[in-house]
Amino acid sequence: MAIVSRGFRGRRTEDPRLPPGQYLERGFPVLSAGPTPRADLDTWTFSIRGADGERGSWTWRELQALPADDIVRDIHCVTRWTKLDSHWRGVSLDRLLDAVRIEPDEQYVLAHCDGGYTTNVPLADLRGGQAWIAYGYDGGALPPEHGGPARLLIPHLYFWKSAKWIRSLQLLDHDVAGFWERLGYHEYGDPWKEQRYWGD
Amino acid sequence: MGRLTVADGAVEEPAEDEPSLHELLPDGADDPVAPRVLPWLPATLVERRPETASAATLVLDAPGWTGALAGQHVDVRLTADDGYAAERSYSLASPAGAPVELTVQVVDDGEVSPYLTLDMEPGDHLELRGPIGRWFVWRPGSTRPVQLIAGGSGLVPLMSMVRTREAVGASTPFRLLVSARTPADALYDEELAALTDVEVTRVWTRRAPEGWTGPVGRADAATLAAACFPPADEPDVFVCGPTPFVEAVANALVDLGHMPGRIRTERFGPTGS
Ligand SMILES: Cc1cc2nc3c(=O)[nH]c(=O)nc-3n(C[C@H](O)[C@H](O)[C@H](O)COP(=O)(O)OP(=O)(O)OC[C@H]3O[C@@H](n4cnc5c(N)ncnc54)[C@H](O)[C@@H]3O)c2cc1C
Repeated sequence: MAIVSRGFRGRRTEDPRLPPGQYLERGFPVLSAGPTPRADLDTWTFSIRGADGERGSWTWRELQALPADDIVRDIHCVTRWTKLDSHWRGVSLDRLLDAVRIEPDEQYVLAHCDGGYTTNVPLADLRGGQAWIAYGYDGGALPPEHGGPARLLIPHLYFWKSAKWIRSLQLLDHDVAGFWERLGYHEYGDPWKEQRYWGD
Repeated sequence: MGRLTVADGAVEEPAEDEPSLHELLPDGADDPVAPRVLPWLPATLVERRPETASAATLVLDAPGWTGALAGQHVDVRLTADDGYAAERSYSLASPAGAPVELTVQVVDDGEVSPYLTLDMEPGDHLELRGPIGRWFVWRPGSTRPVQLIAGGSGLVPLMSMVRTREAVGASTPFRLLVSARTPADALYDEELAALTDVEVTRVWTRRAPEGWTGPVGRADAATLAAACFPPADEPDVFVCGPTPFVEAVANALVDLGHMPGRIRTERFGPTGS
């Protein structure tokens, strides 16, 4: 029997698009471990690397010149808010990953960001039209506090996996825990399975 | 970006002067710590202590609670009699290792905070899960000066750090800058006034108390420069509050020369956009 909080009614915005334990948020909260880093677009690059070094690299202009997708997705933050139908623009990771050599045993990825933040994702979760390097939000440039100039966008996982201020992806033959993943947060982070913390 | 210190050394990056977030991870954070499942704990309200007209401290009895580090938070779950449930995060106000005390500020039209702050009575129940968060924490073993900067209810986890310092009798230099709208919104006022060796700087954004001679308005670079340990002291800086407050303060601190990697932030609530 659940523990009942006497007299609690709640707002009851139950929605089939809300994963368990989430609430509907109209604003856009921010979760970051530190200050918002500043990027210089003239020297900015996004790269994909393996154990033997760089496999591919794009300048800001080169990234902008690639065909981009307009993306509408629900996003789910581990701090419990869900934002429905958020609008993004960015380059599909299918396109970027197809442009580089990937060894068969490289099934894990560690994303690196300005400021030193990292997060780990299985390679499979970056493929199949599920993930992007996003640089546009809601019709404009992606604001710095939300990860601009560019962030990973992996809407099917809790939003900390959509690393802000992305600079490179490192291909690995084994899983290496990222920043929050070493501080108690779940290694995979499926919101529909409520994989918030270690052991969930 | 600095070099990443993962256990197997698999990740190499060009080193720079500044420590990366990973190098600043606390001791033990690199250990493949045995994942411990955090259970939901039933908790009973022991006491509800009003702090202001719109904020209260909840003292909770949660059998099975094993204590927390200063700065950590819990997830709280409220369940209605028909099974509908809502969950939110709240920082611990109590010192490290102590029983659970939360301080909750009413958010107008909020689903959870008005119930916790105004409706809940001693003997009523909720569930909680934690402690959560191993980054925005202060450990008494550290001797580096600590600069705390709070906006509104962002004072709660910083108060846990101040109380932890007092509780263990640490002599770590602490400074606290607290921004509140008006004196009627100020949390823990008497306790802060009674602190003897923590330097407390007040910022009033809308209205100051009688006799206040300083400026009224948001904390700006000049206020931060005057109130905070200088960058040369290499303080650990903890900034907590509403998102726009934290953005403005953290940006100003970087401009003042503080190392981004030493500024830890926790943001409550949405951005304007
Ligand atoms: C790690 C963490 C620690 C936290 N610690 C504390 C704490 O110690 N004390 C505390 O009082 N709160 C704390 N919060 C905020 C808390 O989790 C809730 O967001 C807050 O109580 C509002 O919940 P609600 O259900 O009342 O409002 P909701 O129903 O969630 O929100 C109602 C409306 O208010 C807006 N809103 C939500 N939060 C805020 C806010 N903080 N300021 C302005 N507008 C807001 C929402 O966008 C929404 O439009 C913490 C949040 C996090 C992520």
